[in-house]
Amino acid sequence: MLDITDLNVWFGQGRDRVDAVKAASLAVEQGESFGLVGESGSGKSTILRAITGLAPDWSGRITVDGTDLGRRRDRAFYKSVQMVFQDPYASLHPRHSVDQVLSETLHLHGLGEIDRRVAKLLDDVGLGPRFRFRYPHQLSGGQRQRVAIARALAGEPRLLLLDEPTSALDVSVQAEILNLLTDLRAERGLTYLMVSHDLPVVGHMCERLAVMKDGEIVEVMEVAALRRMEARHPYAQSLLQASVAG
Amino acid sequence: MTLLDVGNLWVKFPTRQGMFEAVRGVSFSLKKERLGIVGESGSGKSMTGRAILRLIRKPGIVEADRIALEGTDLMRLTEIQMRQVRGEQISMVMQDPKFSLNPVMTIGAQIMEAYLLHAKASRSEARAKAVEMLEAVSIRDPERVMRAYPHEMSGGMGQRIMIAMMLIPNPQILIADEPTSALDVSVQRQVLDIMDRLVTDRGMGLIFISHDLNLVAEFCDRVLIMYAGRIVEVCDADKLHAAQHPYTRGLLNSLPRLDQPRARLEVLQRDAAWAEAPSVSGRV
Amino acid sequence: MSGMTLRQWLLTDTPTSRRHAKMASFYKGWLTLRGNTMAMFGLGILVALGLIALFAPLLAPYDWTTQNLGNRLQPLGTEGHLLGTDSLGRDILSRLIYGSRITLYIVALVALIAPVAGLLVGTVAGYVGGWVDLVLMRITDIFLAFPRLVLALAFVAALGAGIENAVLAISLTAWPPYARIARAETLTIRSSDYISAIRLQGAGPIRIITKHIWPLCISSLIVRVTLDMAGIILAAAGLGFLGLGAQPPSPEWGAMISEGRRFILDYWWVATMPGLAIFTVSLAFNLLGDGLRDVLDPKDSET
Repeated sequence: MLDITDLNVWFGQGRDRVDAVKAASLAVEQGESFGLVGESGSGKSTILRAITGLAPDWSGRITVDGTDLGRRRDRAFYKSVQMVFQDPYASLHPRHSVDQVLSETLHLHGLGEIDRRVAKLLDDVGLGPRFRFRYPHQLSGGQRQRVAIARALAGEPRLLLLDEPTSALDVSVQAEILNLLTDLRAERGLTYLMVSHDLPVVGHMCERLAVMKDGEIVEVMEVAALRRMEARHPYAQSLLQASVAG
Repeated sequence: MTLLDVGNLWVKFPTRQGMFEAVRGVSFSLKKERLGIVGESGSGKSMTGRAILRLIRKPGIVEADRIALEGTDLMRLTEIQMRQVRGEQISMVMQDPKFSLNPVMTIGAQIMEAYLLHAKASRSEARAKAVEMLEAVSIRDPERVMRAYPHEMSGGMGQRIMIAMMLIPNPQILIADEPTSALDVSVQRQVLDIMDRLVTDRGMGLIFISHDLNLVAEFCDRVLIMYAGRIVEVCDADKLHAAQHPYTRGLLNSLPRLDQPRARLEVLQRDAAWAEAPSVSGRV
Repeated sequence: MSGMTLRQWLLTDTPTSRRHAKMASFYKGWLTLRGNTMAMFGLGILVALGLIALFAPLLAPYDWTTQNLGNRLQPLGTEGHLLGTDSLGRDILSRLIYGSRITLYIVALVALIAPVAGLLVGTVAGYVGGWVDLVLMRITDIFLAFPRLVLALAFVAALGAGIENAVLAISLTAWPPYARIARAETLTIRSSDYISAIRLQGAGPIRIITKHIWPLCISSLIVRVTLDMAGIILAAAGLGFLGLGAQPPSPEWGAMISEGRRFILDYWWVATMPGLAIFTVSLAFNLLGDGLRDVLDPKDSET
């Protein structure tokens, strides 16, 4: 589904150049859920931004569903790959109602029957029709994140990039959102690439994961190995220790 | 010995839909201990911490039968007397050090200022004290950090500096509101260890406000669990995992765990009765 | 829904249609504005001004052009001339009432031209960036570098005196600050997650600018325009005063002051009354602008 080979991403030029991702390679199978873990600044979110084209300066090869990605992404790409952002308070336009957000997205994907589809999307993410005409400030964090997920699902993508989708939420809401994501994946046969700093969350959601440090992938492992605490790289081990101590 | 005794604390905000009650009749006491307050966002835990220092901004209203700091009722103090209390007797560490430090002053100048505000001392004494405090929070090169500006510091460093600054006047109580939520897991532990050491060495009382049950269970002595502005359960931190209240149990069960894989996470089923039940007293 | 009062219907957190949601958020804004006494005072004056302009022929005791040289320079409170008469014996009150039309005309035109031009330039510069930004902003800088009144004078001198040209000249000097504000806002909005999100839906720059960035810039521009209105009225009056705006016998307030200037020592009210009118309207705009800032600023309406 997704193949990344020797990906480098940098910001700025010349002396100000910062290499956020260095020679990263990973492959995500169709239908798989793959985790990217690391601390802040390790470059895990930057990989997602490079895939979506939000980080313009990159080199290497990114292949989605067999097609190599160039500098520009076309409509077809955005129909098959979508992203859910970390902070649901920042990812919804403050002046647009839920209805506006979803209708516009459906319109951009060239889909018809917008009215029916909006109602269906809201239903799919567990928000009833009551929420349709609300503005973001009338929604809780979890409800906002559901709207953001509905928006990402509008074009019926096959690969969903999840950028710490629950780190800004309370644990009880986190459980609801993670369950929703699990269900959606089963229903729609989605492939997930999930970024998180929280190892238990990745352990719950994913089958495999990559550990990142300073822009490099230091280890790729099965979640089963993670549960057995069998990390080879010393950094991955220390991360694991810190997460389990609690 | 009781350092702080809070009786029937209310925090209210007038809104168009009527009075919003963020904290509803909370009572608890604090000894020389580490007291955790946990709850979800909107449970009133941060408001409780701020209300003790009377830091609730208008039009918010704080009401309490008493907020007694070693016998003095803080509710009866004037704003000027309150300023003496803040910092000198009770200090507060906030979530994000970036917003608590002045970006255009060097760290040294800010720590020294904090010291000089509360103590009659010469600048060289203040400087020595500042360096000493930075060493106390395990900053390796205090002289260099003294000359640095806040933006040059990482999150963990910034939070340690905040702790150093807050502890300089030797307060009896430290209120820490999510002091480590903005930090990475590995740094989190260092900061907590430092805070723990300082609080124990100085015989201070600590109110540790957090949403992270595991962290509180590990780090505190006693825990208050808040829901909808009330305390629903009080327990010893080491027995938190055996907590009785369905809300606490629900929170604990909704966490994914590496050692217990599950297909679906348990979802907290909220019961309207929890919000209606009278607040449990956190007094000892 | 029948048991619901209109107020409850408007204040609901669960709107049932697009129109309902729009009206509810509008009503909440109105409630905030209504809570601000000074802003309501300003709004009241401006509504009154609008009504006066609308019903000028009914309200004015005399025609604004009728001269009566035998009755010139009458003081305040003269029989039949509440605010006295000017050097040609025209009733000052009537002229002020008709002058409100010109004031509103100027205000409306400038408010239509300057912020729209500024919004367009600012958001395009901010969103597109690169050399487009560079060129547009340098042009803005050039306009900003001229003293406002001098530039307006130059335009009027080139285009000829008259209200329309005065308006055009004022608009040309007024847009650069709006472009600056719009650009600064765009720069912060551009990097936000919700813009990234809509880009990921394949939206093009024109859609993003008009549908996503403009709605957020407009509120701060409205506030700014309202606060600037006082300055615009004063600039128009200034041009009128210098003889480059409205031409006599037009009852434009600035031109009226200019006419009264010759007698200011002996007959002070002739220049003072239009001056007071300018002062009142400018103040009203400032008060309203302050109130609108509380209502429209999206940063505060979050809570």
